[in-house]
Amino acid sequence: MALTSQRVDVPVIVDESKCLEKCVACIEVCPLDVLVKNPETGKAYMKYDECWFCLPCEQECPTGAITVQIPFLLR
Amino acid sequence: MNIQYLKTDFLVVGGGTAGTMAAIKAKQASPESDVLILEKANIRRSGAIAMGMDGVNTAVIPGNSTPEQYVREITIANDGIVNQKAVYETGRLGFSVIQELESWGVKFQKDHEGNYDLKQVHRVGKYVLPMPEGKDLKKILARQVKRHKVNVTNRVMATRVMVQNGRVTGAVGLDVRSGDFVVIQAKAVVLCTGACGRLGLPASGYLYGTYENPTNAGDGYAMAYHAGAELTNIECFQINPLIKDYNGPACAYVASPFGAYTANAEGHRFINCDYWSGQMMLEVYKELNSGKGPVHLKMYHLDDDTINEIETILWDNERPSRGRFHEGRGENYRTHGVEMNISEIGLCSGHSASGVWVNERAETTVPGLYAAGDMASVPHNYMIGAFVYGRIAGENAMDYLRDLEHVEPDADFLAAEQARIYAPMEQPEGVPHTQIEYKLRRLVNDYLQPPKSPNKMDIGLQKFVAYEETLNLMGARDPHELMRCMEVHFIRDCAEMAARASLYRKETRWGLYHYRLDYPEKNNEEWFCHVNLKKDGAGHMELFKRPVEPYIVDVDLIEEVYDVAVR
Repeated sequence: MALTSQRVDVPVIVDESKCLEKCVACIEVCPLDVLVKNPETGKAYMKYDECWFCLPCEQECPTGAITVQIPFLLR
Repeated sequence: MNIQYLKTDFLVVGGGTAGTMAAIKAKQASPESDVLILEKANIRRSGAIAMGMDGVNTAVIPGNSTPEQYVREITIANDGIVNQKAVYETGRLGFSVIQELESWGVKFQKDHEGNYDLKQVHRVGKYVLPMPEGKDLKKILARQVKRHKVNVTNRVMATRVMVQNGRVTGAVGLDVRSGDFVVIQAKAVVLCTGACGRLGLPASGYLYGTYENPTNAGDGYAMAYHAGAELTNIECFQINPLIKDYNGPACAYVASPFGAYTANAEGHRFINCDYWSGQMMLEVYKELNSGKGPVHLKMYHLDDDTINEIETILWDNERPSRGRFHEGRGENYRTHGVEMNISEIGLCSGHSASGVWVNERAETTVPGLYAAGDMASVPHNYMIGAFVYGRIAGENAMDYLRDLEHVEPDADFLAAEQARIYAPMEQPEGVPHTQIEYKLRRLVNDYLQPPKSPNKMDIGLQKFVAYEETLNLMGARDPHELMRCMEVHFIRDCAEMAARASLYRKETRWGLYHYRLDYPEKNNEEWFCHVNLKKDGAGHMELFKRPVEPYIVDVDLIEEVYDVAVR
């Protein structure tokens, strides 16, 4: 089957200048497990668009690097 | 792939409200036993109360109400179809749960004299107790789990319960990060996996924009079914009056004691009680479909200080992103009503009554298998009920398993389940789970959203049965996607149960939750009973009537009809 990649406006925005490479706080608390580290940069990003906009990632981030937006379809 | 073998005395599947309490109580009852919580997320932030809770809704506090009064109110609110003995336990044990939570640092609201500051939200009686600082509830529970030396395995999702020789012997699952196949031997298992909150598709079209935490995909309903346990009241859907699009609570339970109320577009009341019942939902449905809709939660008549207080509670607990939702739309409680809508359907005993059948000992119909929380059948049980039934399950399970030995897993069962789980990984180019799930849940909306039409439900049922084949088209590229694929299996199982149970009960009951267009009246002569279902010996879904247990608290249901309409 042919797969296509689709652009999506994702709810979780990571400010890479603030994200700490050795920290996994946001990744560990996400109930839906949608955040991962980019293996090349060590920065967290939202890999899967499956967000409950519940905010633990934003609240547990020690440097304030994360902003959660309401998903576009609900906004 | 790797296989992990684990062994424990008591396995708790799901580390939310009920699960953490079940594990703690099991260790208190039997400190030398081994207790393991299996959680597909991380117990610090998982389950329905991942972000905390702003209050408890079923608090029976001595001096304010009695378990008998509570049983009476829930019996009437649930149109008489209740096992009163089970409801009674929530009333009887709820206060000791509150006291224990307080000893762990959870704060409940008290008045100036130090008494619990209970609010009336139910039709009769005060059972709502605010927790304005309830945001750290889950962290406090996780700390107690650790303190009680409970073992925790995060990021492993159970997929099936193991049953051998007529009793539970463990569970199997999937490590959602490493992809390992996980086999856990246990002498008793409690399922605490929450609601089926991902059954209908939200009107926004966003798969995860649900009222319930979307991790709660009906896992326990499906696992209990495949283990041979009975389920009950599945046709009594969960449908909630929610903030339109945001799909979270508005939240009248918090705001109505301050003077807020649900109003139609003209600003008038059309219900005199904001407690969620099927009958109340029917009134909301009627108003939305009259010329007086839409409806909104009205607060703009309140003074600024009161609204500030409501905002502080609503934006700090349960769903803290609510504030930024309103902000993004330029809406303010001082000037705007909160537009509300009827949610898509789900299954949840915490709010309605559908669940895995349990008695007042939290026992399912399979020996050694317990259930608690939103997926166990005690109606309107909410968070206090989840704690109470977690406790009951934990204590009873330790008693049950004392003299039991582990049983070697059945190799054929493991091989078959392994093949089922990993099939999508064999075809990574298969149809993405998102599309398979979207279509399934859209069909749920098309054919099952009340009011219920028999012909539509028949078509829906055929489509859900045929969807077994469609699931075989799913492809997964990594363990995370595989987790979602397995959740779609659970959702399909729940959709089939919802259709069959709704077709079986040929009457209308629970207001909108089971409003049948072809049988618009309640029929106590034929249907004053539970509708239960289970997997029969040939693997088919069997439905049957189960009598309502004799009442322990007298209620005259002819005299006391639940009616909250303003006429």
